[in-house]
Amino acid sequence: MMDAPLLPLFILLTSLLASPVLFALPERAARLRTAINLGMAALKVMLVAWLSLKVAQGVIYDLRFEVLPGLEFKLQADPLAILFIALSAVLWLITTVYSVGYLEHGPHRARFFGFFSLCVAATVGIAMSGNLFTFLLFYELLTLATYPLVIHCGNAEALRAGRTYLIYTLAGGLVLLLGTLGLWVLAGTTDFVPGGVLTDAAAQNPLAAQLLFVVLIGALGVKAALFPLHAWLPIAMVAPAPVSALLHAVAVVKAGAFGIMRVVYEVFGIETAQALGMTAPLAALAGVTIIYGSLKAITQDDIKKRLAYSTVSQVSYITLGVALASPIAAVGALAHLIHQGLMKITMFMAAGNLAEGLGVKKVSQMDGVGRAMPGTMLAFSLAALGMIGLPPLAGFVSKWYLAQGGLEAGQGWVIALLLGSSLLNAVYFLPMLHRAWFRDGAADAGAPARPRIGWMLAAPPVTTAVLVLVAGGFANAPFSPLEWTRFIVDIEYLE
Amino acid sequence: MTPDLIYGLTGIAVFGIGLVGALCVQERLRRVLALKLCSVGAGFVLVVGAWREPPEMPDPVPHALVITGIVVMVSATAVALALIRRLQTLEATDER
Amino acid sequence: MSVDISAMMLAIFLPLFGAIAAFLLPRAAALIGLVALALTTGAVIWLAREVWQSGAVILPLGGWGAPLGIDLRADGLSVAMLALTSAVGLLVSVSALDALKGAGQSRQRQYFWPLWLLLLTGINGVYLSTDIFNLYVMIEVIALAAVGLTVLSGTRAAVQAGLEYMYASILGALLFLMGVGFVYLQLGRLDFAGLMDAEPTGALIAAVALMFVGLALKTALFPLHFWLPAAHANATAPASALLSGLVVKAALYIVLRLAQYMPFPSEALLTLVGMMGAGAVIWGGIQALRAERLKLLVAWSTVAQIGLIFVAFARAGELGLTESWKAAALLILAHGVAKAAMFLAAGRIKDEIGHDVIRDLDRSPIRPTLAQFTFALAAISLIGLPPSLGFIGKWALMEGAMASGYWHWVVVTMVGTLMSVAYFSRVFAGFLRFDRVRAPVGEHQGWALADAAPLTLAFAAIGLGLMAAPILSFLEIGYPFGVAP
Repeated sequence: MMDAPLLPLFILLTSLLASPVLFALPERAARLRTAINLGMAALKVMLVAWLSLKVAQGVIYDLRFEVLPGLEFKLQADPLAILFIALSAVLWLITTVYSVGYLEHGPHRARFFGFFSLCVAATVGIAMSGNLFTFLLFYELLTLATYPLVIHCGNAEALRAGRTYLIYTLAGGLVLLLGTLGLWVLAGTTDFVPGGVLTDAAAQNPLAAQLLFVVLIGALGVKAALFPLHAWLPIAMVAPAPVSALLHAVAVVKAGAFGIMRVVYEVFGIETAQALGMTAPLAALAGVTIIYGSLKAITQDDIKKRLAYSTVSQVSYITLGVALASPIAAVGALAHLIHQGLMKITMFMAAGNLAEGLGVKKVSQMDGVGRAMPGTMLAFSLAALGMIGLPPLAGFVSKWYLAQGGLEAGQGWVIALLLGSSLLNAVYFLPMLHRAWFRDGAADAGAPARPRIGWMLAAPPVTTAVLVLVAGGFANAPFSPLEWTRFIVDIEYLE
Repeated sequence: MTPDLIYGLTGIAVFGIGLVGALCVQERLRRVLALKLCSVGAGFVLVVGAWREPPEMPDPVPHALVITGIVVMVSATAVALALIRRLQTLEATDER
Repeated sequence: MSVDISAMMLAIFLPLFGAIAAFLLPRAAALIGLVALALTTGAVIWLAREVWQSGAVILPLGGWGAPLGIDLRADGLSVAMLALTSAVGLLVSVSALDALKGAGQSRQRQYFWPLWLLLLTGINGVYLSTDIFNLYVMIEVIALAAVGLTVLSGTRAAVQAGLEYMYASILGALLFLMGVGFVYLQLGRLDFAGLMDAEPTGALIAAVALMFVGLALKTALFPLHFWLPAAHANATAPASALLSGLVVKAALYIVLRLAQYMPFPSEALLTLVGMMGAGAVIWGGIQALRAERLKLLVAWSTVAQIGLIFVAFARAGELGLTESWKAAALLILAHGVAKAAMFLAAGRIKDEIGHDVIRDLDRSPIRPTLAQFTFALAAISLIGLPPSLGFIGKWALMEGAMASGYWHWVVVTMVGTLMSVAYFSRVFAGFLRFDRVRAPVGEHQGWALADAAPLTLAFAAIGLGLMAAPILSFLEIGYPFGVAP
């Protein structure tokens, strides 16, 4: 049954077309805006569910449009794309609810939701890009759409951060353009093909291929926050909480990590990348980033900054899993794409609630917040424990596969790395939990014992925390992220 | 030295003098004059192209071109002069 | 078809008659202007259809053929330039209706239309000419009309800038005329076809050099750009849009055409041209970073962008212009559309806020959101971010440079791109910062119909990138760069 061949396009359009409508709505039309936001987000989840079902049945979606002779705008819906779209569609719905609650009385809501929508469109586009050229288009769109979100507060600090963000990401985009051109000149195509398109070119001209690898990974490493290109991420913390949540869990950082996957698996092909001797340095770099991010996180007192450095560290698990060049590690990497997204979005929304409800922004102010906001803090704790890797939470599953993959690839150091990282995670997360649950709040805090935050703020982190539990506990159920991941790895490694 | 060569070289020299003037002179009116010199020089060079050994008739095309050039240059000069006058008036009112 | 009315003749004479009529009937000037523009656009569409169906079209004027008479010729490139001129011109005209509606602007209203129609005559004439003397006449027409548009606002700064522009423009035209004289002395003919078969002697190379310097002066190629920033920054917004979007393109187009027909310059000369372009990219970028006023920043970005177009020329390499001209042509089209949009948007912002000092943009409680959005969209194309036409042009440029191993031009392009991000982000910061305003800010203030034209242009600059394939195949019609004609 080959119905609706334009389905990927519709999924893209749900948010791409919502955006101009949201821009044009007057500031006071709050209900209509919320209706459009939630309606489109829900529609997208349904369309994505339909698409996943079709792709699982083996239907192939492939939309092309020639931009320059031989160079195509190409959308495809392969299982890897589905993994990322499903993540972004589900989390978009949840984050939209949260944003509506968070910005209820704030200024510039029309602008915010317009760009918010555009941002999700870009993420979906990145996921479904069928070649590096299309990927580049959406990658730059993502930069442009997130910039106004990062500087939403509109003060000097936000603008400084925005400038750093823009310069890092646009410079990264420019290098990606260089890499895309290099690929086009070297291979004559930019298509994503399982097994890669550079096998011949790499055999003829290994030096150029190696250089191309460095350029592409360097470009994507900016958004993936690979050390030493991560500096923008902690600075971008001035953004409103829902934006931080989106940036860290779904959009920007993940776009970089997802791009690294595409490049290693479908531009170079894992065998070619290995033959070029590029996977080992990449794994080492990921390892360094994991440790570095954790160490920096320990020293941060600002909650959002601590979470940001934790992201630097955690996202590199994905890169590590890709670079280990073992199918089992790949399962871990892909699962972590989802799991880290669920956990980190929970924590950022919880942190936003603390700031909104109690005015708590620093770790040192967290004494007793667990009693003041039990639901939020329960969600936070669940996600934090998942990050540390406590079974049966989601983070444990991905770490388990990564460790097994390390063994399979004969890289014993990965075990040590993962253990060390988990230890460091515990060092920076457990004190937060300890303060929240086991210390009394300062008497002069003056905050109400039970701050009132709307259900739109309270429900989303709890929901995602439940998902963290489900994704870990039912990891082997059909259509769980892990199962889908195995489906993808079969494709990438058996071609 | 044939007459056409003399004329040609003179034309180039006049053009050169005008060019130096247009680039180096500050005063507005003299710059306009320098540009006029340039156009005269260019006209010389074009007219030389019409010259033929006496029994032959001169080529009419360059003459047509030079006349067009003169017309264009007259209007350009007029615009430049108008602008200079306008500027002087504006400067005078500003100083008062 | 010597007596038939031809689309090409209409494209030149409709605006000319319109200019005369608008001058004689100042009360109906705007109406005459719009009608003449609409008709001219119709003629261009007609011509485009003709060219699309049957390839390049040639029309001998007055029954004389080459080498003496005047031929008009239209191929893909010239029709594309004509289409750019008509489309941008029409939209700029629409926004001029609004921009010049003020009570104190009756003089501007009166003279804008005749001057602009005269300008259109000259520009269309350039794109259809096939001999270099005709080109000389046309660039003089353009120069006079463009100077008139520059000084239209009548302020002292504008008149001063206009006079400088006048000097540069006449000098450029005269250098070109001198080159024409040399060519005639050498070859005894002035049509393109005659140039193509010529032996590259010393005198002919001197002629080409003179013409190139003259055109470089007119198109403001670094270091001959000195007149441009003041002229473009001080003109009224619709005039700036026409000057930056269309007028400099005419001289650029002539350079491209002459490069097609003239003997191929040596590698060293091309490198020199490229270095001038690179100088423009860097120097224009630095000055745009330092500019204090919005319109001045936009004008300096024009200097930088023109430099980039010359960089695209310069990477011609051994293959000649067979490939590299496409990148240059795409960049010319992209810049024409985007820069017109940007100048109009800058004018709108200045009108709404009351000034265009960049560092004080964020102090205003009035935020012309739509004009700012337009500015940002145009900036996307000028920076060269996907999927805009500017991006496609940059892609073509970098692809060609990379494939032929000219890494230095790739580096120049990337540096230029980063600099444009830096200077445009100064403006964005002014748009999006709110903590320096005392009064409450209304986000949706400043909606106006006047934003429609620039917004359309800005969307076109972005959207045309997705139509690059048809645009390229149209450009190639009847266009024998490097291929036997």
